[in-house]
Amino acid sequence: MRIDCKHVWQHISAYIDGEVDASLRAEIDRHLETCEICSAVLDSTRNVVVLIADDRVFELPAGFSERLHARLDRELDLAEPSRPPVSG
Amino acid sequence: MTPPNPEFEADCIRRILVGEKHLFHDLIRPCERSIYFLLFSLLRNEAEAEDAAQETAIKVYLNLKNFRGDSQFRTWVLSIARNEGLGRLRKAGTRREDSLDAETDEQTGDYTPAVLTSWREIPSESLERQQLGALLRKAIEGLPAIYRNVVLLRDIEEMDIRETAAALDITEGAVKVRLHRARALLQRDLAPKLGEYAPRRKGLFGWFK
Repeated sequence: MRIDCKHVWQHISAYIDGEVDASLRAEIDRHLETCEICSAVLDSTRNVVVLIADDRVFELPAGFSERLHARLDRELDLAEPSRPPVSG
Repeated sequence: MTPPNPEFEADCIRRILVGEKHLFHDLIRPCERSIYFLLFSLLRNEAEAEDAAQETAIKVYLNLKNFRGDSQFRTWVLSIARNEGLGRLRKAGTRREDSLDAETDEQTGDYTPAVLTSWREIPSESLERQQLGALLRKAIEGLPAIYRNVVLLRDIEEMDIRETAAALDITEGAVKVRLHRARALLQRDLAPKLGEYAPRRKGLFGWFK
């Protein structure tokens, strides 16, 4: 039986991640060969995934790392790992 | 994302625990991006996420002896970050429905994707244009919290499904379901807005209801 567009959409994320089994993948591939709409949905969803993974989209605030390590330097001087800070 | 290196981590931890404290900088450095973005996805505020990330790193240091090595180091670190973030949300009295614990996986709800065939491929050089980055960030920040966290860890920090599940303390099945819905929401939200970044080509609009 030929799968319909909604069925394909339900599996798009798993398809992109390679998480669908071989027979479903083959059915989806067959569907995509002739369905312009689903091909466009697949391509654009995959493109969104690729774009948001780019490091330029989510960047750490400027100076984040320097401030973190400066704070750690202060804390490391005060405390031992797994032990409470020495008092008195 | 820096790939995990268990041998390096185990060696670092052993040496830190016998007094080579300065090695903690090298141990935590590969995790700091993931810590920050997990916290940012929870707290949605740069300054608060940065403060929480610093607190997380200090807690990791103070509890280093408790790391058992039965999960990846970064997974353990991120569970400490998650607790730090959730603790802050609780203090702020954030409503449950937007918290990480919200039980909305049961919701069904078909979605109809946006079908705009003009922007199937957007070259990554387009990211040089700041508006595109801003558009993507806004779309992700607009997702419900339970989807946002999964996208942040899986698609932005590029963790695998298992590690994402462990870091968020949810099942792998829940990761897959949330990831699917999140990507679907992003596609639907972004497709109509991203057309202008696509290379020009023939046969532009292919709308579908």
